[in-house]
Amino acid sequence: MSARRRPWLLWVPLLGFILLATIFVIGLRKPDDPSITSKMIGETIPAFALPAATAGVQGLASADLTTGTPHLVNIFASWCVPCAGEAPQLEALARNGVPIVGIAIRDRPDDVAGFLTRYGNPYARIGSDTTSKVQIAIGSSGVPETFVVDGKGVIRLQKIGPIMPEDMADVQAALVAAR
Amino acid sequence: MATRMKAKHQRLTLALLAVAALIGAALLAMSALKDQAAYFYTPSDVGRDHLAPGRAVRLGGMVTKGSITKLPDGVTIRFLVTDGAATVPVRFSGIVPALFKEGSGVVADGRFDATGLFVADQILAKHDERYMPPQVAGAMHKSDSIETGPKAKALK
Amino acid sequence: MIAEAGLVALWLGAALCALQLVLTILTLRTPLVLSEVEGRVASASPGARASTSLSTNGEEMGPDGAMLAKAIRPVAVAQGLLTCLAFALLILLFIRVDLSVLLVAQNDHSEKPFLYRFAASWGNHEGSMLMWVSILSVAGAAVAVLERRLNERTLIATLGGQAAIALGFYAFLLFASNPFARLTPPAMEGQGLNPLLQDPGLAFHPPTLYIGYVGLSVAFSFAIGALVTRDVGPAFARAMRPWVLGAWIFLTIGITAGSYWAYYELGWGGWWFWDPVENASLMPWLAATALLHSVTVLATRDGLRAWTVMLGVVAFSMSMVGTFLVRSGILTSVHAFAVDPRRGSFLLALLALYIGGALVLFALRVGTVREGSRFDALSREGALVLNNLLLTVILGIVLVGTLYPLILEGLTGDKLSVGPPYFNSAAGPLALLLCMAMVAGPLMRWRREDVRPLLRRLAPAAALVVVALIAIKLFAPPIGLLPLLGLGLSFGIGLGSIEPLFGRNLRRTPLFTWGMVVAHFGIGVALAGMACDSAFTVEKLVAASVGETIPVGPWRVKLASVTPGFGPNWTSMESTLEVERGGAPRTLRPQARYYWAPPTETSESAILTVWNGQLYTVLGSQAEGGRWQLRLWWKPFVTLIWAGGGLIGLGGFLALIGRLLRERRSAKNRELYA
Repeated sequence: MSARRRPWLLWVPLLGFILLATIFVIGLRKPDDPSITSKMIGETIPAFALPAATAGVQGLASADLTTGTPHLVNIFASWCVPCAGEAPQLEALARNGVPIVGIAIRDRPDDVAGFLTRYGNPYARIGSDTTSKVQIAIGSSGVPETFVVDGKGVIRLQKIGPIMPEDMADVQAALVAAR
Repeated sequence: MATRMKAKHQRLTLALLAVAALIGAALLAMSALKDQAAYFYTPSDVGRDHLAPGRAVRLGGMVTKGSITKLPDGVTIRFLVTDGAATVPVRFSGIVPALFKEGSGVVADGRFDATGLFVADQILAKHDERYMPPQVAGAMHKSDSIETGPKAKALK
Repeated sequence: MIAEAGLVALWLGAALCALQLVLTILTLRTPLVLSEVEGRVASASPGARASTSLSTNGEEMGPDGAMLAKAIRPVAVAQGLLTCLAFALLILLFIRVDLSVLLVAQNDHSEKPFLYRFAASWGNHEGSMLMWVSILSVAGAAVAVLERRLNERTLIATLGGQAAIALGFYAFLLFASNPFARLTPPAMEGQGLNPLLQDPGLAFHPPTLYIGYVGLSVAFSFAIGALVTRDVGPAFARAMRPWVLGAWIFLTIGITAGSYWAYYELGWGGWWFWDPVENASLMPWLAATALLHSVTVLATRDGLRAWTVMLGVVAFSMSMVGTFLVRSGILTSVHAFAVDPRRGSFLLALLALYIGGALVLFALRVGTVREGSRFDALSREGALVLNNLLLTVILGIVLVGTLYPLILEGLTGDKLSVGPPYFNSAAGPLALLLCMAMVAGPLMRWRREDVRPLLRRLAPAAALVVVALIAIKLFAPPIGLLPLLGLGLSFGIGLGSIEPLFGRNLRRTPLFTWGMVVAHFGIGVALAGMACDSAFTVEKLVAASVGETIPVGPWRVKLASVTPGFGPNWTSMESTLEVERGGAPRTLRPQARYYWAPPTETSESAILTVWNGQLYTVLGSQAEGGRWQLRLWWKPFVTLIWAGGGLIGLGGFLALIGRLLRERRSAKNRELYA
């Protein structure tokens, strides 16, 4: 008896759900696209100079990144678990001749040394950022994160989270493009 | 209360009532949101927008070096929050989170008083090693706080 | 081998689940003989109590259908057993700390105490999803074994619905979050020694909530089953009610326990923060509470048919939405799991499939469900409709508030946070209104009520509210409007909720009536606790020297000493507070702890519970002049909040037992008179 009456009313719940799902889709797309998360892509890396993170390595300054060749800037910390997970990938990149520089976040020299002994040292230079100041300035909000910086010091790519084997192609492509 | 519902239309009445209730909820929610939601501001936005005192606001930026002063009562501090372009004075009474220090990012919930002082009810400790509120990271990127000079791009 | 066995069990479970779905479809497609006709008769019969249970085992269907139908129950049971086996194997892996399994290596540690190795198995995304699927299929198996009241075709459609839901979550587990993935080479040591997560409250809070969340899937499947067979009537409602009640009890207990955990653990003195994860648990509870009441209307008076089906869909949808919000990372929260957008997309697809599918089915089918019996606006049904509308509106407000930052950022890029002021000011007054309806409802007759007798019945409670309000105004310090109304009203609820017992022989009052009374009384108790906490809490924030005495409320707190201490992975400063209010002094020891891996600072609050409230103390850092920051709260009657929550759960439990007893008795009677 009611099938004929106001059938549109019955679709209101579905309509509401579609609205909700649309919001979710928008929300999901946001973190999916790293170019939205980083406001620094395409910008020149801010000026900074960091002391060496441990004995036997060189510190890192923004001038080291404007040498004409693209660099990989890796934000890491000895206390960060996923950072150990990306160590083999960084090793592989370093073996292929990619210059990698590190920024150790809120770390202690001894811990950094221990980390390097345990997981290898792919870094040409490691700066120590004990206050996260440089980290924030270049648009990183966590560890690990990796930036592809071209020869003029312009940030080309931001990789949030560890570099996993499946991310290698993207990183290498960005390095080639930055040349 | 209403007298007998027209029996014939009861089902429709109930359905419409439900729809009306939901619309009412949405309207009520929207009006409450207008008054109660705390927008996120950086010091630059504050200078531009002339916030009304007493309105709940979330302020984000970086604690200016050397600006933290402890008041004699032992529990109140004053400090400056900057985004590289503008600076706002803040007062907070309470136990500050461990990672609150000069030169590091901060998010404070509170309101402005009539003199332009930001009185914080709460300082968020979420800026730990693993996590920073996306607002801080985002806002910081926008105003390029370090040495590249203030560009003072507007928050949309 | 354990991990492989677990994976095999999971795959077998998924296969059986698919089989269950196929069998259901085949069964429902075979021509009916009697059942649909009979079902129609049952749902059309207006006299609620007259319609009897139609359950007779499969004989209504054609011979093939009957054969197939017979197979469905064992399949559902086997599937439940297999997922339980898989979950048990995962727990075993965690207890043995098998570091060749990725999940164990990430979340376990050989130095963890047994209890936390056990609990670590569900303290992570994959493990908790396996738990989710296990509960889902165990609920399905339980329906298959226990449910004898429902029309057989509807039951089969219900089991099919349950299988359809489970299948998606199996796929999610197997393809996007395999808990049994191996790690080669095995890790040397696990990474899961986060001391902050080692807390008994945190260990057993999630399972309770999950049983509640996932238990609602049964209501969802019932709704699907009823829509498929168009069999929405009192028999259906009576069959569905215990399942809803069961899930609701677990949700209630889970939320109450979670609130207390946040209260003592976070050290902020608050008991509810309107955090997205808290809201994710509150929304299913609101929907389930509405469902619980509308299903009663359907069971007793055969009204609100379409609405009840709708709520059945909404309640579990809210569980799924909550799960999605927590796991997709689209809302940042203190409690959120690790973010993985791919998982979020998978979950969103499941959400769209199930919720969207159910709502399409609803729109197509519910028009053919005949309208139930009618009632007056002023009647118990009317009051329950009001209850449902208010709960729905509150649910909408919580949902909008939770999602608003997301919406706004998507639309305009503005960033904001929606906090307690919004939720309190928008939902608070409605909740008070709801409480009033809650007192009036049980005092009304079904179908039709007259104004005068109702007012007479309401008069004592109303008078008590007025007296209480005046007394509070006169004798208590000035307090805010909402707490004032809440506190006054709580007295009225206390009296009004037990009024249905007046003039009854208490020994012969059915257990489910007791359940209702206890649960409603619990709401009053909790409301009183909330109002007292926000009205009368005294907070002191000081920097105190050792030996100094600080008055807070009726208490005098003396900072006796501050001494360093240490634990397995932390150092601490521990203060000794001597507190008294005219009796023997008691000692409290709040701590400030510094963990070094990962470097974290936490405050371990110390709480003294007395009959009329709690003294809550937190130690901060050192101020100059050798003073120590202390934060002290005297919270009169704050404990009533959780006591009320416990009473609400207890009421639900009594109602459940009462309903089951009554079912059994009437089943026996039917056998006797058959």
